[in-house]
Amino acid sequence: MKKKNAPVRNRALPGNESLLRQLWSDPMGRAGMIGVGMIILLAVFAPWIARFDVGKMNSKARFAAPNATYWFGTDNFGRDIFSRIVYGARVSIVVGVVAVSIAAGFGYLFGLIAGFFEGKVESVIMMVMDIIFAFPHILLALFIVAVLGKSIVNTMIAIGIVNIPVFTRTVRASVKTVKSTDYIANARSIGLNRMNILFKHVTPNILAPFTVQATLALSGAILTEASMSFLGLGIQPPDPSWGSMLSDARKFMEQAPWMAIFPAVFIIITILSFNILGDALRDVLDPKLKL
Amino acid sequence: MENLLEIRNLKISTLRGRQKVLLLDEVDLNIPKKCSFGIVGESGCGKSITANAVMNMLPYPLEVSHGSIRFDSRSGEVDILKLDKKALRAIRGQEISMIFQEPMTSLDPIFTVEMQMYEALSFHHPGMSRPQMRERALEMLHRVNIPRPEQTLTSYPHQLSGGQLQRIMIAIALINDPKLLLADEPTTALDVTIQAQILRLMNDLKEQNDTSIVMITHDLGVIAETCEEVAVFYAGQIVEQANVMELFHHTAHPYTLGLLQAVTSLGSETRMLYTIPGIVPPGGQWSEGCRFSDRCSRCTDRCRQAMPALSEISPGHWCRCWLNSEEVAQ
Repeated sequence: MKKKNAPVRNRALPGNESLLRQLWSDPMGRAGMIGVGMIILLAVFAPWIARFDVGKMNSKARFAAPNATYWFGTDNFGRDIFSRIVYGARVSIVVGVVAVSIAAGFGYLFGLIAGFFEGKVESVIMMVMDIIFAFPHILLALFIVAVLGKSIVNTMIAIGIVNIPVFTRTVRASVKTVKSTDYIANARSIGLNRMNILFKHVTPNILAPFTVQATLALSGAILTEASMSFLGLGIQPPDPSWGSMLSDARKFMEQAPWMAIFPAVFIIITILSFNILGDALRDVLDPKLKL
Repeated sequence: MENLLEIRNLKISTLRGRQKVLLLDEVDLNIPKKCSFGIVGESGCGKSITANAVMNMLPYPLEVSHGSIRFDSRSGEVDILKLDKKALRAIRGQEISMIFQEPMTSLDPIFTVEMQMYEALSFHHPGMSRPQMRERALEMLHRVNIPRPEQTLTSYPHQLSGGQLQRIMIAIALINDPKLLLADEPTTALDVTIQAQILRLMNDLKEQNDTSIVMITHDLGVIAETCEEVAVFYAGQIVEQANVMELFHHTAHPYTLGLLQAVTSLGSETRMLYTIPGIVPPGGQWSEGCRFSDRCSRCTDRCRQAMPALSEISPGHWCRCWLNSEEVAQ
């Protein structure tokens, strides 16, 4: 993407207002913000938006096609798909945010340690990260859930653990870049101690790639949750999850295609929005990366 | 202690693979109080790592393998290489400060000048109130001739020019009244008119504060303008050391002579600029004899076989060359 007037990173950071405005002025950023905003609104205001109780079954209205009462139709138990999608957004966002927070928190810590204190500590941390990284995401997450037991909390923990290496690597690489800059040498020559340097100078300077990584990881986490739920080891019924809705829909594909279409569409919109937002964020925060 | 800083037998080595490679070889330096001391030499001669060793902040895998650096601190004489981290931090920025080559990248881009000046102050004076810090910061900016100091305080580094930033760097370095200022090529990245201003400023500040300055440079012009005593480094050794007038008028070492000839002047009508042929041999590839022998036009067999010692050829004038020691002998 080629953009004129590349915004200077330093100007983007001090005030969040200018960051949001820059995102908004970019068509892709705007699309991402609208998409993400919509999903977040659905998640936050789910009880007011949903038209029916998510768990409420209605044997008279099984497999109803989309109509004025059931906007997205009903499923094999006669539950309103629209309401389940809305609550499913809540599940997706909560799982995504919590899992990414776990991953980002530990990833930041490990990355900082590995990047700042070189030598054996770094080798050990990175070796563990490489081992985790070598497993396919879903496989490892499924394994962790199988060990810990099926529950929403364990799903979040599993997805979090699986995402730690990406953050560790991002943070470590940025820390190494920042560490060798003149202003860190200068901070040391002033007499600042390590903690001061790490938290006052290194951390703010690595926030840009970190934020971008978090946004992108969010979409990955939501997708992993959907996949795990689809396979039956994620969110357990009766909690609504887009993945498990999709899984239920498999058996009734010909009879009630709307059961599959709507969860799928929402998964796509959510993932796409987060990815687009992540890309736009990167363009704004790190103009040097622009191609 | 008679001198402010005494470097004895300093050896610095790095790791190349598993092998230790010497980068600085038995350097002795005395920096007197209230003196401006020049260290000159080409890139890769060990000037900057000497300064970093004085701050005890050599980057990994460089390390001091031998020697001592004694410093006359406010709390008595200390060996910087043996201090614990806490004592070291108390010295850094408060008693010994450093300014770097690239003013444009030496300040953290995401903080204002104000915050970075306060940081240097508050770290060493935890009790200082904000108005006091502001007053001190403004005073320092005023002293380094920054126009509109109030406005500069709230600026971000990218809003200022290289010359302004280097003044601010000097202000930060001197904000705690250090006894020693290490200036690692402070004017290399600046254009010539600004260079002269910065050098004059550093000289003035030295007079006002009784700070000793160690000026590291590859520019003999800078040395001539600012320094009293000069040490010429070559391939990790001192090859010549003398008072600045003595060095310029009675140059003894062929390398110093080469450096002097390489200085261009406006009046001369030379077509081709003078260069010393070859490059500085990197650490680990030093010859057994005189390290300059490969590039020296007056090299003899003796130079290739044995290394000359650093000997005093006239009072206060030290030189590491066979030619001179022979002349002295005669």
